[in-house]
Amino acid sequence: MKYTEEHEWLREEDGVYVVGITAHAAEQLGDVVFVELPEVGDTVSKDDEIVVIESVKAASDILSPLDGEILEVNEAIVDEPTKVNDDPEGEAWFFKIKASDTSPLDDYMDEAGYKKFIG
Amino acid sequence: MGAAQDNLKRTGLYDLHLELGAKMVPFAGYEMPVQYPLGVMKEHLHTRNAAGLFDVSHMGQVILRGEKPAQSLERIVPQSVMALAEGRQRYGLFTNDDGGILDDLMIANRGDHLFLVVNAGCKEADIAHMRAHLTDCEVEVIDDRALLALQGPAAETALSRLVPSAKDMKFMDVAVTGSDFGELWISRSGYTGEDGYEVSVRDAHAENFARALLAMEEVEPIGLGARDSLRLEAGLCLYGNDIDTTTTPVEAALEWAVQKVRKTGGEREGGFPGAERILAEFDNGASRRRVGLLPEGRAPMRAGTVLFATADADEPIGEVTSGAFGPSIERPMSMGYVAIDYAATGTQIFGDVRGKRQPVVVADMPFRPATYKR
Repeated sequence: MKYTEEHEWLREEDGVYVVGITAHAAEQLGDVVFVELPEVGDTVSKDDEIVVIESVKAASDILSPLDGEILEVNEAIVDEPTKVNDDPEGEAWFFKIKASDTSPLDDYMDEAGYKKFIG
Repeated sequence: MGAAQDNLKRTGLYDLHLELGAKMVPFAGYEMPVQYPLGVMKEHLHTRNAAGLFDVSHMGQVILRGEKPAQSLERIVPQSVMALAEGRQRYGLFTNDDGGILDDLMIANRGDHLFLVVNAGCKEADIAHMRAHLTDCEVEVIDDRALLALQGPAAETALSRLVPSAKDMKFMDVAVTGSDFGELWISRSGYTGEDGYEVSVRDAHAENFARALLAMEEVEPIGLGARDSLRLEAGLCLYGNDIDTTTTPVEAALEWAVQKVRKTGGEREGGFPGAERILAEFDNGASRRRVGLLPEGRAPMRAGTVLFATADADEPIGEVTSGAFGPSIERPMSMGYVAIDYAATGTQIFGDVRGKRQPVVVADMPFRPATYKR
């Protein structure tokens, strides 16, 4: 698993990256009430705002951690946003992206690094 | 921690909030619990299903004494205070000369004096306003009492274990009662749309009183986050968001709060600040109105969302003043002001959410019916 400073996690599955938000981020957001995901087939660039997530507190944007193409999105969290609080690093992944450039991964943190980052 | 943090005031229950695991935030000059470990959504639902305990000690408690305090207070509020029976409470407004709202408040008749509860963010200004205009009254600020709200269908059962007479009170009754926690000032009211009580208790007893309630199975502590979604589902205004000095009682759809006797043709017509404009709006209507708004999608429309008549109109017709997800109605809800032509229930308009025009329908409030014990 890799982690970004934007509190996203990335997990490689057969050359594709599954992306979600960390348990720490989910806890900070509070109860999630709305998720808007990108379209399957969208070509996205790193740092594009591709997900909108609204909690009981406020709206936040989730940035694409990589350049690439969106292969799959998790409609289950659109139908039931509270899943993001229940299982943020498992069942409640956001999207799967086929990376056209994996070099940003070198800058992302491992689990120990992320734990240190969130203090 | 910056200087701003150091200047924040704390209520007498601050240590208890921390012990309960509250997340504290600045609110109206106080460090207040926004949520406890249960979280906003579950705290909201718990209040609707059982009972929630809220620390509202940041609000201002004021006693007004004088020859005829009710008659005096009528000089600065458009309510009928003189007709308020002893042991009863009513919702009121301080208005300014332009007809705007300086604050909303609760007014209770306790026999030889009035007891007022005003908003935390306005209390200093309210007190100065009363002292300036009510020179024939003594304005006594109560600063040695906490204020706790116990709200929800189990509130009666819970409070009656400590104060048996609480169950005999009806909505908007007030009572002064001795108890194991000293003298309690109780009203059967609140700001959640639920049956419940607000209890003023001396600081020395406040923590024990809160602990006695929290020890009961039905009662959970509830933060400001859930207080906001509860009051919004109930269609109730948050001062500073939904009403302020730029909104009049008629624009704010608070006509019900102004009794007939103070309106045109009434026995004590006018005689409060801004009466000319406010009474003219009662007679002729206002150009805009506060309405309920139900977004058609799942995205909440937050405060500040600009409203338009159509998906491509250039000119705004209004703005959202409060918006959130309603845990009990299981959908997003908002309230805001729209031009009067768009204020009819069922009118579809559009809100600009992140650059996209999203459909939203004008709806009756409350979004969830109140369950007061009348």
